Amino acid sequence: MTEKTHYDLVVIGGGPGGYVAAIRASQLGLKTAVVERENLGGICLNWGCIPTKALLRAAEIYHLAANADQFGISIGKLDFDLEKLIKRSREVAATLSAGISHLMKKNKIAVFMASGKLAGKSGENWRVELDKGDALTARAVILATGARAKHLPNITPDGKQIVTYRDAMTPKTLPKSLLIIGSGAIGMEFASFYHDIGVEVSVVEAAPRILPVEDADISTMAAEAFSARGINLHTDAKLEKLTAEKGKVEAQITEKGKSQNLTAERAILAVGIEANVEGLGLEESGIKLERGHVITDANAQTNIKGIYAIGDMAGAPWLAHKASHEGIIAAEHIAGNHPDGGGAHGMKPQDVPSCTYCRPQIASVGLTEESARAGGRKIRVGKFPFLANGKALAQGESSGMIKTIFDAKTGELLGAHMIGAEVTELIHGYVIARQCEATEAELMASIFPHPTLSEAMHESVLDAFDRGIHF
Amino acid sequence: MPIVMMPALSPTMTEGKLAKWLVKEGDSVASGDVIAEIETDKATMEVEALDEGKVASILVRAGSEGIAVGTAIAEILGEGEESEVGKETTPAPKPAPQESAPKEVAKPAPAPTPKPAPAPETSTRIFASPLARRIAADKGLDLRQIQGSGPHGRIIKADVEGGHTAPVTAPTTTSTDGDSTLIPITATRKVIASRLQESMQTAPHFYINMDIALDALLDARKAVNQGQDDGAKITVNDMLIKCAAAALMRIPEVNTSWEVTGEGEAIRQWHHADIAVAVAAESGLVTPIVWQADQKSLTKISAEMRELIAKAQDGKLKLNEFSGGSFTISNLGMFGVSSFTAVINPPHGAILAIGAGREMAVAKNGALEIATMMTATLSCDHRVIDGAVGAKWMAAFKEIVETPMLAFI
Repeated sequence: MTEKTHYDLVVIGGGPGGYVAAIRASQLGLKTAVVERENLGGICLNWGCIPTKALLRAAEIYHLAANADQFGISIGKLDFDLEKLIKRSREVAATLSAGISHLMKKNKIAVFMASGKLAGKSGENWRVELDKGDALTARAVILATGARAKHLPNITPDGKQIVTYRDAMTPKTLPKSLLIIGSGAIGMEFASFYHDIGVEVSVVEAAPRILPVEDADISTMAAEAFSARGINLHTDAKLEKLTAEKGKVEAQITEKGKSQNLTAERAILAVGIEANVEGLGLEESGIKLERGHVITDANAQTNIKGIYAIGDMAGAPWLAHKASHEGIIAAEHIAGNHPDGGGAHGMKPQDVPSCTYCRPQIASVGLTEESARAGGRKIRVGKFPFLANGKALAQGESSGMIKTIFDAKTGELLGAHMIGAEVTELIHGYVIARQCEATEAELMASIFPHPTLSEAMHESVLDAFDRGIHF
Repeated sequence: MPIVMMPALSPTMTEGKLAKWLVKEGDSVASGDVIAEIETDKATMEVEALDEGKVASILVRAGSEGIAVGTAIAEILGEGEESEVGKETTPAPKPAPQESAPKEVAKPAPAPTPKPAPAPETSTRIFASPLARRIAADKGLDLRQIQGSGPHGRIIKADVEGGHTAPVTAPTTTSTDGDSTLIPITATRKVIASRLQESMQTAPHFYINMDIALDALLDARKAVNQGQDDGAKITVNDMLIKCAAAALMRIPEVNTSWEVTGEGEAIRQWHHADIAVAVAAESGLVTPIVWQADQKSLTKISAEMRELIAKAQDGKLKLNEFSGGSFTISNLGMFGVSSFTAVINPPHGAILAIGAGREMAVAKNGALEIATMMTATLSCDHRVIDGAVGAKWMAAFKEIVETPMLAFI
C-alpha cells in the first residue's frame, strides 16, 4: 500500500451531495478528491431522479396523445416501444454523468473510481484507503455515500418478480399487473408511470393515506385522482407476506383490520431507504450513528472533528437537493468560510422542498396544516383550485389545488402545498419567499404574470386573507 | 457606491455633526465596519461602510457641525474603482470651515420651521427581512439595536425572536443570573448615559441657589386660571418657563452654548429662549423644547407643554421637538424635593433645577411672615458663564418670579 497523495479534502461518494461539495470546496481553493465506487452523479443522476423523469415524460406524452381527441386532434392508433423508451432514459442519465466528469476536470478535482474507507489518522490528517490498494490523506473528509432501497424482513427482491427501483426503471417487458409496496414519492411515481403505459397497478400503504408526509388535503386529492385513473389504493394496509411463485407474486395484507390477498405479475418494493454506512470505517473512527444514520451538526460535521457526513446517509429528507445543500455547507465550513450572500446557511428540514413527479404532480415546502396548528398556533389557510385558473383550463389540466398556510400574527409563510400540472416547477416561488422571509404582504404585492399557473399561487395567498379575486 | 453620505438619524433630521472618524485615509474597510460617528443633539449613530475598499478621502473633518444630510463625507473605493470626487456630478464636498471669530451666525436650530424635506432613505436603511420587521414591530424592538445574522448582516426572524444569535455589543433581553438581573439598555437610556457623562466630564459645573417667594406668582396664576377648565389651566411650571425666558432675554450671557468646531472653540449666544423642559417618560428622561418661549403667550406655552408632555410619555416626540434649545428647566417640586442640582444638558450653558414651593416663616422688615418659598438652583458651564453672570441671572429670575408682571414687558 502506498500513500498516494495528500489533499485538503477527500469526498467519499460522487452523488449530488459529494460532487457538489467537491466543486464548492475547489472554488474555495481546497485541493479536493472524490472517491466514487460506481457512477459519478450517484443514484440521483443514474438510477433515480433523472432517468425516472425521462420515463415519466414518455408516459405523459403517451397520456396526452391518448387524450388528444379532447383538443380536437386525431392521432389514430397509439403504440410505444418499451425498449426505446428505456434506452432514452438511460441515454439521458449517461449524458449527465459524462457532464459530471467534465465538471470534475474543469474544477481540477481528482476522481478515484474506487470504494473508499476511513483508516485512522496519520499525524493531523485522515487516511482514506481505497479498495484498489492506494491510500489518500486529507485534512478533512466528507462522507457522502448515499443510501439504497430498504428491504422488508423476510422479503428478498429477486430482481425479476420482486424488484426495487433500479430494476423497476429498466424493465425488459411490461407486466400485465403490478403491485407497489409503499406510497411515498418513489412508489407513486412508478404507479403513475406504469399505469399510464397500460399496466394494472395496485398500491399498498401501511399509513392511513397515500403520500403520508404530504398535507392531508393534498394526499386526499392525490388519492382521488389516482383512484379516478383506475389505480387501486390500499391504505392502512399492513403487508404480512409477499411471495413470488411462477408467473405471479402474491401479497397477503391486513387492510383496515381485514386480511386479504392481492396478486400481480410483478411487485416493486418502495418502502424507503437505508443509509450506506457499512464498510466505511465509521465504527473504528468513533463516528456516532442513530437509527442507521450518521449524526451531524449544523455544519454537517460528525462528532469527530474533520469528518463530515451529508445527504441520505445523514438522515431525512432523502432528497438530492438536500444533499447538495449540505455539501455546500460542509465545504464552506471546511474552508473556514463564513457563508455570505451566495453561500448556504444552516438548513432546516422544513426549508427543503419536496416534489413528486407523478400525474398530477405534487410539491410542497414547510409545515403541513396539521403540524402548523400544533401547539395552538393561530394560522390562516388559503386554497385555490386550478379549476378557476385560466391557463390550467386552456392546458386541459384543471384538476389541482394550491394551499398556503400563514402564521395569523406574523404573516410568516409556514407552508405551501400544491397538486396539479407543473407544480414541481412552481414551488420554488414559495421557497424563495420563505428564504427571504417574505410575509403575505410581499406575496400579495408581487405581480404574477397572466395567464400562468403561477397566478394560482397568488390567489391562494389572497384567499388565506379573504381577498381572493377569482374564486 | 464609493461616496459615503451624511446619513439621516430620523426622517426629520436635516443636518448633524460629524463627531468622530474611526478610520483615516488609506485604511482598508470591510462592509459593515464602523467608520464614523454622527451626532445630533439627542443621539449618536455609527456610520458603517456599505462596501469593502480603501478610504480614499475624508471630505468632512471630525467635529464639523451642521453637515446637511446627503452631503458627501468620505469616499471609499473598491478595487479598480475610480475617484468621483471633483467630478461635476458630486456635490461640493468640503463645507466652508467654521469661522472661529465671534460673528453673527444664523441660528441652525431646527426651530418651529416648516416640515423639512424627507431625508434620503438609503443612508439609514436597515437591512431586515419583512418577517423580521413585522415581528420586531409587534414586540416593539428597535431594529437599529439588532445585529443581523442573515446574508450581508441582514436581520432575519431568528435575530428578533431572540433565538441563536446574541447581540454583538449588549444584551437585548433581560436575563437573571443568580443574585442579579441584567437589564438591556434602551436607545434613550444610551443617549442619556453618553450625553450626561460627557456633560459632567467636559463642562465644569458650578451651582448657584436662591430662595424665591412664589406668592405673587401663585396669586397671578389663580387670577389667570379663574373660570378655566382643568384641562386648560396654566401650571406653575408654565409660568416658570415664561419667567426664565424673560430672565434669559435680560441676561443673554446665560442663553449660550459652548461649541467645539473644526476651527476651534466658540461661544454661541442664542437670540431666543428655546427652553427645554425635562420630562420623565417611561423610557427615561426627555427634554422637549418650547421654542422662542420669550415670544410666546403663557396660554401658548401651556398648550404646547401639554402636547409635548403627552407626546413624550407616548414616545412620539419628533426629533425637532427635543433636539437643540438654549436652556433647560428641570422641576422636581412635585416630589417634595426642596432643592437639587442638575447636570447641564449639552450643548446648553446652564440648567435650572426647581424645588417644591413650601410655606415658610420668613422675616420681613423685622417681622415674621408666612410665605411660599421655593429654592431654585442654576447649574452653569463655567466655560461659558462666570459666577457673577450666573448670580445676575438668578437675581433677575427671582425678581421676575416675585413680580410676574415683569415677564410680560
